[in-house]
Amino acid sequence: MTGEKIMQSMVPMHERSNGLGGGFAGYGIYPEYRDFFALHIFFNSESSRTECETYLRTTLEIVRSETIPTRTIPEITDEPLIWRYFVTPLRSVLSSMQVDEREFMSRIVMRINTVYKGAYVFSSGKNMGVFKAVGYPEDVGRFYRLEEYEGYCWTAHGRYPTNTPGWWGGAHPFALLDYTIVHNGEISSYDANRRYIEMFGYKCTLQTDTEVITYIADYLLRKQGLTLEELANVIAAPFWSTISRREADEQQRLRYLRTVFSSLLITGPFSIVLGFEGGLMALNDRLKLRSMVVGEKEDMVYIASEESAIRVMEPELERIYAPAGGEPVIVRVKEGAY
Amino acid sequence: MGQDYMYPEFEVVRREDRCIRCGICVKQCANGVHTWDKQNKILHIDESKCVNCQRCVCFCPVHALKIVKSEAGFRENANWDNQTMKEVYLQAKTGGVLLSSMGNPKPYPIYWDKLLINASQVTNPPIDPLREPMETRVFLGKKPATVQRDAEGKICCQLEPQLELAIPVLFSAMSYGSISYNAHASLAQAAKELGICYNTGEGGLHEDFYAYGANTIVQVASGRFGVHEDYLNAGAAIEIKMGQGAKPGIGGHLPGTKVGADISKTRMIPEGSDAISPAPHHDIYSIEDLRQLVYSLKEATRYRKPVIVKVAAVHNIAAIASGIARSGADIIAIDGFRGGTGAAPTRIRDNVGIPIELALAAVDQRLRDEGIRNQVSLIVGGSIRSSADVVKAVALGADACYVGTAALLALGCHLCRSCQTGKCNWGIATQRQELTERLDPQEGCRRLVNLMTAWKHEIKEMLGGMGINSIEALRGNRLMLRGIGLNQKELEILGVYHAGE
Ligand code: SF4
Ligand code: SF4
Repeated sequence: MTGEKIMQSMVPMHERSNGLGGGFAGYGIYPEYRDFFALHIFFNSESSRTECETYLRTTLEIVRSETIPTRTIPEITDEPLIWRYFVTPLRSVLSSMQVDEREFMSRIVMRINTVYKGAYVFSSGKNMGVFKAVGYPEDVGRFYRLEEYEGYCWTAHGRYPTNTPGWWGGAHPFALLDYTIVHNGEISSYDANRRYIEMFGYKCTLQTDTEVITYIADYLLRKQGLTLEELANVIAAPFWSTISRREADEQQRLRYLRTVFSSLLITGPFSIVLGFEGGLMALNDRLKLRSMVVGEKEDMVYIASEESAIRVMEPELERIYAPAGGEPVIVRVKEGAY
Repeated sequence: MGQDYMYPEFEVVRREDRCIRCGICVKQCANGVHTWDKQNKILHIDESKCVNCQRCVCFCPVHALKIVKSEAGFRENANWDNQTMKEVYLQAKTGGVLLSSMGNPKPYPIYWDKLLINASQVTNPPIDPLREPMETRVFLGKKPATVQRDAEGKICCQLEPQLELAIPVLFSAMSYGSISYNAHASLAQAAKELGICYNTGEGGLHEDFYAYGANTIVQVASGRFGVHEDYLNAGAAIEIKMGQGAKPGIGGHLPGTKVGADISKTRMIPEGSDAISPAPHHDIYSIEDLRQLVYSLKEATRYRKPVIVKVAAVHNIAAIASGIARSGADIIAIDGFRGGTGAAPTRIRDNVGIPIELALAAVDQRLRDEGIRNQVSLIVGGSIRSSADVVKAVALGADACYVGTAALLALGCHLCRSCQTGKCNWGIATQRQELTERLDPQEGCRRLVNLMTAWKHEIKEMLGGMGINSIEALRGNRLMLRGIGLNQKELEILGVYHAGE
């Protein structure tokens, strides 16, 4: 599936963004470099690039570096320097730090984004990539020539920023390693979530909900080893009254997750799509204060805030439904397909 | 003598045109202000004894009485106010340490009143608590650092013992002895009905109240009064009292006159003997010793009860709390310098300790900086006056709040600040039977339940306004607060922005 389809789907969603940020994530787009982390980085200037690259070379082996191909269009202006690097941790540094390569990479990303002024890593997974900019999403897609990429899973987002200014790095999807989040809504638990997650080495530099949700997903999935369902049970935990009606075992499990990770409960309206290597998960807040629709046809699954976006991609659906609040929709690509 | 005479602080004004000479005020005032002159059939007033507890005012059937602050006094100036001068005269006369009760009355800043709460508009919808579920339940205790799974990959759901509260409020420690049996009965019943906890204080647990164990926090203080194995196992949690906000660094003293048969039995001390709690625990001279006591108590209760360590908010509170968090304690309770007391040396109460708001903000941040905030829960008190204070405390980072003075007010206390005299006309801070009878536990319980139910509604309204539907999403959510009239340093310590930012 090329990026063409998902770009089309964003056209009827034009009204839901205000041109201050749009972006895409494609999975399975770098098959020839599938064993390398693909770093997408914005630089403000040549000097910030040189400085950052020097740091990268001390910790990583760079097997390929290049500017990300773009197309000049009037709708997208003021672009920073946009580079991508296919890298792998230097074995010697990795073994001296005694952490696995994913933890290693996440620390490097966190370091660049907090310490290196003028450099911002906006994508850092394997065989996947995020493409984002200030502009309407359909323009952002054309700017990055997404029709030239082929992948097994795509997510997209148009922003209507309310609490942070439009900035290239602030557009969605927000990514860490192979986790990407697109998010619609404004969460009221932000600072409770942020102050909790920052205890574990994350630094929220953007003051956006999406950033904190991404870190929560990374923390719970990668560091705590929770499953996607368990992640949903934490961030969109069922109400206590709902829990009390479940079977004894299930009650115990839900009660445990809610008690242990109470500071990671996310309140306020949200619908999010979490992309990861091999699939995605869509989730609404537990009151379902935001719309979200799922459509299916053959082996394709479409998820959007509005049905119209799905109809553009596939007018003849076999099934279309709105999942309940707090109920995760998990889609996995068949084994070996990625 | 003449030199020691002071014009009384209050004047008792009786409207003779209304008074029906029923004699109720005479019976109601245990301070002996009102007397009935049988011979001349007139009512006398000795206002020098009046503490302005409002008892006679409330019970006069024709509302003929009022108490007014006397205008008369010394020639005050900004440096030498009436109270200061009075205290000097008193000490010159007696050579003694001055005693006071209830919380610090001095005009120090009250940070709760300089914090404002947020609400949602447009970008994020407010939630209507009457139509949507709104959760206020909290679990206090240690949370594991990592999730453990069994061989089949199922989560091992065993948690360290947790204290469950239907609303993030507990009644603070007030010992049987400092307050009456009926006051304790009211608190215990109300805690049970509300699904929260009350705290025995340091005076042991009366045998009648073991029935409320699931809603009781049993305290172990430096005097170890009434502490035995059954006592420790009776409660929902055990609290080690290291200090109290009203008198940091000071022990306690219950005069022998208050130690009647019942209290002597509960405290396990001889009748009529003074109950003195030393300033330190004599087995705790360092943080390692505290750790030993925490684990001794855990052993004695087979690790089934969370252990709370209560400390007064003092200058170095962040480092102290960090030490306690590493001592094995499950919960830290911090008591601010405006916290109440049954009796404390005036100088200590008025000058020692720091405000709870600053202590809470500093501790919560410190524990987060050290990455151990989820290893302990935080309870704060001294003083929490309303549901808004609770909301602000939770937003600053507290898991729950201790409420003492407000609970006593619900029972009838009029904050006359004379608990140390043992003549509480409202039947609370007294052991005299004719006075304790005045407090009906049923009625007391009802009023406490009313008060907390009202707070619960208000908390839900405020949560809903912020677009939050569960209290845990408010905990530590400091963006929901803004400071007003605070300087840069205060904002920095509280970790909040100024209003308008
Ligand atoms: S002490 Fe209380 S009851 Fe006695 S006169 Fe004063 S206000 Fe009335
Ligand atoms: S408890 Fe009684 S003596 Fe103490 S302040 Fe309240 S009314 Fe006065």
